[in-house]
Amino acid sequence: MTERNVRKSNRRVTGWLSLWVVGMFGFGYALVPLYSVFCEITGLNGKSATLSEVSAAPLTIDKSRTVTVEFTVNVSGIPWRVDRPKTVRLNVHPGEATTVIYEAHSLVDAMTAGQAVPSVTPAKAARHFRKTECFCFTRQELVGGESKLMPVTFVVDPKLPAEVKTITLSYEVYPANENLTNNS
Amino acid sequence: MTTAVADHHHDEVPKGITRWLFTTNHKDIGTLYLWFSFIMFLVGGAMALVIRAELFMPGLQVVNPHFYNQMVTVHALVMIFGAVMPGFVGFANWMLPMMIGAPDMALPRLNNWSFWLLPFATTLLITSLFVPGGGPAAGWTIYPPLSIQGGMGVDLTIFTIHILGMSSILGAINIIATILNMRAPGMTLLKMPLFVWTWVITAFLLIAAMPVLAGAVTMLLTDRHFGTAFFSAAGGGDPVMFQHIFWFFGHPEVYILILPAFGIISQVIPTFSRKPLFGYTSMVFATAAIAFLSFIVWAHHMYTVGMPLSGELFFMYSTMLIAIPTGVKVFNWLATMWRGSMTFETPMLYAIATVALFTVGGLTGLMMAITPADFQYHDTYFIVAHFHYVIFCGSVLAMFSGVYYWLPKWTGHMYDETLGKVHFWLTVISFNITFFPQHFLGFAGMPRRIPDYSLQFAEFNMVSSIGGFILGFSQLILLWVVIKSIRGGKKATAEVWDNPEGLEWTVPSPAPYHTFATAPEVR
Repeated sequence: MTERNVRKSNRRVTGWLSLWVVGMFGFGYALVPLYSVFCEITGLNGKSATLSEVSAAPLTIDKSRTVTVEFTVNVSGIPWRVDRPKTVRLNVHPGEATTVIYEAHSLVDAMTAGQAVPSVTPAKAARHFRKTECFCFTRQELVGGESKLMPVTFVVDPKLPAEVKTITLSYEVYPANENLTNNS
Repeated sequence: MTTAVADHHHDEVPKGITRWLFTTNHKDIGTLYLWFSFIMFLVGGAMALVIRAELFMPGLQVVNPHFYNQMVTVHALVMIFGAVMPGFVGFANWMLPMMIGAPDMALPRLNNWSFWLLPFATTLLITSLFVPGGGPAAGWTIYPPLSIQGGMGVDLTIFTIHILGMSSILGAINIIATILNMRAPGMTLLKMPLFVWTWVITAFLLIAAMPVLAGAVTMLLTDRHFGTAFFSAAGGGDPVMFQHIFWFFGHPEVYILILPAFGIISQVIPTFSRKPLFGYTSMVFATAAIAFLSFIVWAHHMYTVGMPLSGELFFMYSTMLIAIPTGVKVFNWLATMWRGSMTFETPMLYAIATVALFTVGGLTGLMMAITPADFQYHDTYFIVAHFHYVIFCGSVLAMFSGVYYWLPKWTGHMYDETLGKVHFWLTVISFNITFFPQHFLGFAGMPRRIPDYSLQFAEFNMVSSIGGFILGFSQLILLWVVIKSIRGGKKATAEVWDNPEGLEWTVPSPAPYHTFATAPEVR
């Protein structure tokens, strides 16, 4: 190769490789939605089924089977006390809609806004645990000293794998963030 | 190709500091990289000694826990990004053009910039130790949520990673362009020395992996300051996602650290066995196979995050698959030595130690690949022992092997063989005193990244610390050997060794400032 050709070839290689670098940088970001979609499809990581899916499929109640649902909640970085439902463990039949009520208390005088992030364990139960109504769908505001009842209605899909006997629904309540993404 | 880069004054070596600041000569830049790497090796080593001093006895004696965590974090970052990666790029700069018969690297000015980014980046990292809140203390993997909570030091670390990543990517582009475009006539791809092969594959890994890390730390930065919520659970993000993205970079990264080492010992072992490398083609394909597999095994670093069984099985089997190409390599090195007329000069001793001790590290890696077993080893001193066996005994010992092997070519003088052997035995013995007991500590349940430990771990930790201090101070012998060889000694011949293979041995020792201005003919 002449020196001129080498230079041209160097430029071409550099160009392609730089493009690849930019692409991989973008791919790093693309992994975020890719993982989200992957988790939603497979129900990994405790991400539970979305609303639209629920309305689409009417469920038959499976009286022959009982599943224990446990409730828990933690508060992180916000001056609230959140009580879990009075019945901490509940036996439900798959397909039957159940409502439980959490109760939030503001511990300060000022207005505060919080957002609950749900998680369902075990992971393989997550996609079969459907919330039709939940305080976690929107941000919750409490004026100073206020207490508020926060209901959640859920249905356990009869397609829940047979080996799952107990499902735990957990909430972590954070201060509401402006750039919040919607959690279902 | 008749001339090197046009604006060079031929045969004339520039003088003074500007020679080093403005140099576009691959040998000068290689020298800069190697010295930088060695200085960082000592800096990172000093931090390791702080860690070992604290762990000498149970209880807290030397540093407070927060500073201890900073030392653990910065030691790792300095060693990985400051010592090992630049060290191999230094070897690449010095040797690649000479091995493929090119006058210089393809992009000499870019080469200069790639190097000069490094001192600034590491200065930023070291500075982070002195800002309010201290340096990064979340471990080199900077997992959120801890890294989201850290102080300004974390931001400085993020910028350090950006700059270091940029430097590595530019270096990688340069190396690929050099190898693809600048080979001497007749140097077909499957005639390239194995060090060249391993480097071209490493460079592709760098280009694919480093930008992903840059993306991950940028997300961390915007989570910290600009209200995004990639990883902060409060905003609907997911801390485990960081681990997935980080290890998508992190696993190829460990092969970035080891493949050039495989290349170096594949040059050294044939020379001192006086036989050609056994199974050259299988070596090339094994390297490529390892590189490919490195991208599909990342989650074996995070078995305990609560993955579904199917995921754990996939990552377990794909990880264990890597043992096959690696086994091919080890077999080939042994087969090269088999019935060769071997001699045991310092480079060969280091190469043999690399093969033997890297295999120890490889086998503990296989143990951890087994998901159910890993739950016991995860985040214990077992993993600490494992990755020091692969990174120190794989990468660093191979670099020592390379330094002794090519030092006569660089300086024109033979090194002091006796001192070299003393350095070798002290290093290898003290390394094993330091790290072998850590396997037992890990089995017994001693967690990593904690400055204190239960009393039953006291004896092994004391042994480990004593070994650590011997290991650390032994490295000054290498400095002495190198300086001694620069200042004088027995004149080295062009070939240096007994009939070694490769174009670098056809030029005089020390290698002239410009080599292969006229491309050699390769048959």
